[in-house]
Amino acid sequence: MLRFALGQIVRFFALMVAVSAVTFVLVAASPIDPVQANTGQAAMLTMSAEKRAQLDERWGVDEPVWERYFAWAQDAARGDLGESLRFNAPVVQVVAERAGNSVLLLASAWVISGVLGVALGVLAGALRGSLLDRIVRGYCYLLSATPTFWLAIVVLMVLAVQFGWFPVGFSVPIGVSSEGVTLADRLYHMVLPALTLSVTGVANIALHTREKTVDVLSSDYARFAAARGEGRWAIVWRHGLRNLALPALTLQFGSVSEIIGGSVLVEQVFSYPGIGQATVTAGLGGDAPLLVGLALATAALVFAGNLVANLLYGLVDPRMRKGAVDARA
Amino acid sequence: MREDVPALRLGEGAAGNGEACAEAPHGPHADAELHHHHSHAEASRHPGDHHLLSIEGLSVSFSLYDSRAPYFRAGRVDLEQLHDLTVSVHEGEILAVVGASGSGKTLLADAVLGLYEPNVHVSGRIWFDGEPMDASRLSTLRGHGISLVPQSVSHLDPLMRVGAQIVGLCRGAERSRRVARMRDLMAAYGLPASVERAYPHELSGGMARRVLLLCALIDDPRLIVADEPTPGLDLELAVHALDDLRSFADGGGGVMLITHDIELALRVADRVAVFREGTIVEETAAESFSNPTLLRHPFSRALWHAMPSNGFAVADEGQFGSSAGEMAGGAL
Repeated sequence: MLRFALGQIVRFFALMVAVSAVTFVLVAASPIDPVQANTGQAAMLTMSAEKRAQLDERWGVDEPVWERYFAWAQDAARGDLGESLRFNAPVVQVVAERAGNSVLLLASAWVISGVLGVALGVLAGALRGSLLDRIVRGYCYLLSATPTFWLAIVVLMVLAVQFGWFPVGFSVPIGVSSEGVTLADRLYHMVLPALTLSVTGVANIALHTREKTVDVLSSDYARFAAARGEGRWAIVWRHGLRNLALPALTLQFGSVSEIIGGSVLVEQVFSYPGIGQATVTAGLGGDAPLLVGLALATAALVFAGNLVANLLYGLVDPRMRKGAVDARA
Repeated sequence: MREDVPALRLGEGAAGNGEACAEAPHGPHADAELHHHHSHAEASRHPGDHHLLSIEGLSVSFSLYDSRAPYFRAGRVDLEQLHDLTVSVHEGEILAVVGASGSGKTLLADAVLGLYEPNVHVSGRIWFDGEPMDASRLSTLRGHGISLVPQSVSHLDPLMRVGAQIVGLCRGAERSRRVARMRDLMAAYGLPASVERAYPHELSGGMARRVLLLCALIDDPRLIVADEPTPGLDLELAVHALDDLRSFADGGGGVMLITHDIELALRVADRVAVFREGTIVEETAAESFSNPTLLRHPFSRALWHAMPSNGFAVADEGQFGSSAGEMAGGAL
């Protein structure tokens, strides 16, 4: 157990180092001049050379990338992830604030896509070849071929602009003081982005679950259960869900990364001030400290998702528990 | 699983072979006398003047894409796996259906249990305890009269505790009654109480075999269909497995033991049905295998000659050689 925990901790830190280094290198390799991107073309032209040099120094334009990285890493080791140049605030504060906005959106999209995906997959698999199965499959193929941002734009155009059922953007109503914003307002603004994010997540999960359901129902133990007089739905309920749980958990926790990745585009389309949108801002603005901070936060989330999946395996599958005991003995 | 497709045409067609129907009362006959296509063993009984299970003219064919045709132009072809198969099981006896591996014997088990794939076409007549059956009546008998003893531990749900699987699907008072019955059966069959809380992967081969048998016995079946219950077991366990079936039959039940192993079958079976190329070529008392002159069909005689105790004479009747040799070579 101790070895497992130590191994996970080592892996986690290796992941953090790799993610931060790669992000720094990518930002340095980007053709975007952070000073120009953040001050604007006109300001650059009218700016004195002295002022320009001052800004270059503040943004660290002339330092080699490894020097900047090591300077950042030394601070980071002390727990200081630096200042966001774009937002003029500590990175930790910006990430926390943005993550706070996103967490409800991401979590609801994640749960909805998981529950809906498994339900549709099990139904389609149990009724293989039926009309319902064909509809579910068609829907899934169509959605997996649909870019998330495009779907977001369509949803925005139809449901927000044409019908006016939902707000066109932001996480809170415009012109209302932050004390006046209710939970209902927040939920109302969250519906469209959450819908878009979950709808595309469903396809992957439903198709995988369907395949697994078909496998389970054609297994020896499903056939034996049928031979003992259990009906189709009794078999799905008693044996199907039990054996589906493992692959479904793997998919569900693996899809954390997909939901976060999708949120970058969806939040941008819906002008939703979450971590996805902050990532776009940081990337386009050459704000290396913020981008690294966001990358670390999301990588940590994905790492946590996979770790939870690994731990749950042991709880769900007695064969793995046995394996763990044997490995320790 | 896919019982929704009404492909079964039981009770019509194929049985027009002039033989008296199974529900017709049995006249008095000597054991060795051929009637209903078969001869008897001592244990064979006809309470109510009918067989426990009677199958006449059973044909099973699958509608498949023609594998020889070019891919996109492949039409559907009917592939007949069982044809005009006639066999009976009496109360109190073990009937061994002996045939080469992969020759379609499991389809016979599926047909008796009413488990049909959606692309299957079944014709012929089946009676259970004197009642004519169709697909839906057979499906109501699954676990309520006819029980399957499957081949291996892969027929148990790997993630469900063994006790819950033996008890099966039930609720309320029925559940506690079945739990009590399971504990009695486990004690009677020498399974430790810890098996109840174990998962299938923790069972030894012998335990798994008894668990599978208990899954059938807890439903108090009248007929057990045992589909290759012995492969993978060593000789001692295989003999134990068959002894358990023997004691079930001695208690008045009927057993259809499907196997590829003629020697093992002859140890316990009262009668032997020789299965070859989708049909039963001969259904006779097990004693007939003590003397080849009692066997009527040339394939049965080839099988007899191919048995180790009779000299492995595989080449004796060339056309039957390989499959007869395989069955006689068996697992022993």
